[in-house]
Amino acid sequence: MVEISQPVTQSHAPQKRKVASEGLFAWLLVGPAMLFIAIIVAWPLAETIRLSFMEAGLGGEEYIGLANYADLADSRKFQQTIVRTFYWMFLSVSLKLILGLIGAVLLNAAVPGRGLFRVLVMPPWVIPIAIGCIGWLWLYNGYFGVLSGAAQAIGLTDGPTEFLAHKTSAFYSAIVTDVWVGTPMVTLFFLAAMQGVSRDLYEAAWVDGAGRWYRFRRITIPQIMPVIVSMALLSAIWTFNSFEIIWILTEGGPRSATTTLIVDTYKVAIGNYKFGEGAARAVIIVILLAIFSLFYLFFLNKVNKHYGVK
Amino acid sequence: MMDRYTKLQMVGIYAAITVFLIFILLPFFEMFMASLRPLEHLFRSPYQFWSDDFSFDAYSKMWETVPLLGRYIFNSIFIASMVTGLTMIFVVPAAYAYARLDFPFKNASLAIFLGVNMFTGAVLLIPLYRVLRTLGLLNTYWAMIVPGVAFLIPTGIWLLRSYLEKIPKELEEAAYVDGASRMYTLRRVVLPLAVPGLIVVGVAVFIGAYAQQFLFAITFNQTRELQPLPAGLYEFIGYQSVTWNEMMAAALVGVLPVMVIFLFLQKYLVAGLTAGAVKE
Repeated sequence: MVEISQPVTQSHAPQKRKVASEGLFAWLLVGPAMLFIAIIVAWPLAETIRLSFMEAGLGGEEYIGLANYADLADSRKFQQTIVRTFYWMFLSVSLKLILGLIGAVLLNAAVPGRGLFRVLVMPPWVIPIAIGCIGWLWLYNGYFGVLSGAAQAIGLTDGPTEFLAHKTSAFYSAIVTDVWVGTPMVTLFFLAAMQGVSRDLYEAAWVDGAGRWYRFRRITIPQIMPVIVSMALLSAIWTFNSFEIIWILTEGGPRSATTTLIVDTYKVAIGNYKFGEGAARAVIIVILLAIFSLFYLFFLNKVNKHYGVK
Repeated sequence: MMDRYTKLQMVGIYAAITVFLIFILLPFFEMFMASLRPLEHLFRSPYQFWSDDFSFDAYSKMWETVPLLGRYIFNSIFIASMVTGLTMIFVVPAAYAYARLDFPFKNASLAIFLGVNMFTGAVLLIPLYRVLRTLGLLNTYWAMIVPGVAFLIPTGIWLLRSYLEKIPKELEEAAYVDGASRMYTLRRVVLPLAVPGLIVVGVAVFIGAYAQQFLFAITFNQTRELQPLPAGLYEFIGYQSVTWNEMMAAALVGVLPVMVIFLFLQKYLVAGLTAGAVKE
């Protein structure tokens, strides 16, 4: 018995040492990245939370408890901003998903030239958002933009239409641009997911006489459902956070018509130097995003289980 | 066969693709057309779809009107390259650890990294401004590089990890059995095998870094000579008399570097980015 137990303990000891050294080695590798994030993201986040309890500006700081939050809770303007942000997000994400799905189906169709089409869809995602927005700024211009020009040419309007100068049209114009920026990425992921669906499934259905629409509804959609859910929630986070598009097109105007939570926070904190009030808004954004993410993980798990994905 | 379309269906598909592409490419087309028109024709009313004197003048004149244009483009490329280099230095070891090693708090720490993806710099600007001021980095290239790196590390780790997981483990184990140290194995065995993945992730990070310069530049940098292209052009809009045709020409020239990179590598890039979306 003694002879047997000895080799067992011998083989255990180095394994244990290996695990311990593996943990240390792994943290040596992860450590620098973690430290960097801690300084540049985590610490400023903690600082934001602290500032949100302060009356803070260029002059100095003074503790005022929950006053910043109380002000926000009372402010009708802030409530409108929240509602507007969610409406902005809902509309924009829905459009991105619908267009992304249509785009992916089109680019997945076995027609000559699809390789080229796939490349041509990507530029809005590749170039800096700010530069794409300069193009849109031009398109929306009443005097030299093609949209207003075309509307006049076919007799829809009499004079030039300034898309960004009126509350309603500015809001929807900003959404169109946001959709334009976000659609390529969604299309790309849907396309990749569709290509991952096994051909056998389609062939079996085809042999049984199932039409295209039926195959799309009963095979494609369920098979790519986890990716659809992923993209829906990721787009929601990105759209919620979208700043540059609105800032370049309208700076949140006219009369706050395009001011979302992010733009509002930027205007208050950076534009008006009200650091404390800005920080309180930022904390609310972080809380909303955290709720989103939890919701996302929960939902994704459910979908994956339902469709039997590991 | 199953994939065959009738003539009518083909026409429908091409028509739909055309509409889709018009939406995607319209701003680029419009920018290009605007860059070709002489300035006085831009403001003609009523709107004209076609001018008879298109010219490429704007593309040569813009370098005089915006003397810093070359500098802006250089700054954009420089900042994006530095961000990419630094990000990769942080990402490669970390991604390897997440792909291969078991260690305490592995899942928790990965969740923290991915949590960073939820934020944009916009909510952290005030304290970030103070951090950069404390470190003495305001109004330098670093003011734009450092936050850029922080917000790209998570994506980088995520993408490279899934790539590294696909490299067979046996090679590392063989090197290990032969007595190679962990560091040696990582440097001499894993990294050479991961070169295609490193390129994909590097290019994705570069494109991200090129795209996200605007916010940090307008907030943390007041030095005009250091401004990247998007911020430089944005400032240009504020001038009294904007020479729009030159501005459009400048914007198009400015995105050329990143478009060229994308066109050369798009096949690998698209495959690498969407790897997580496809079931194995």
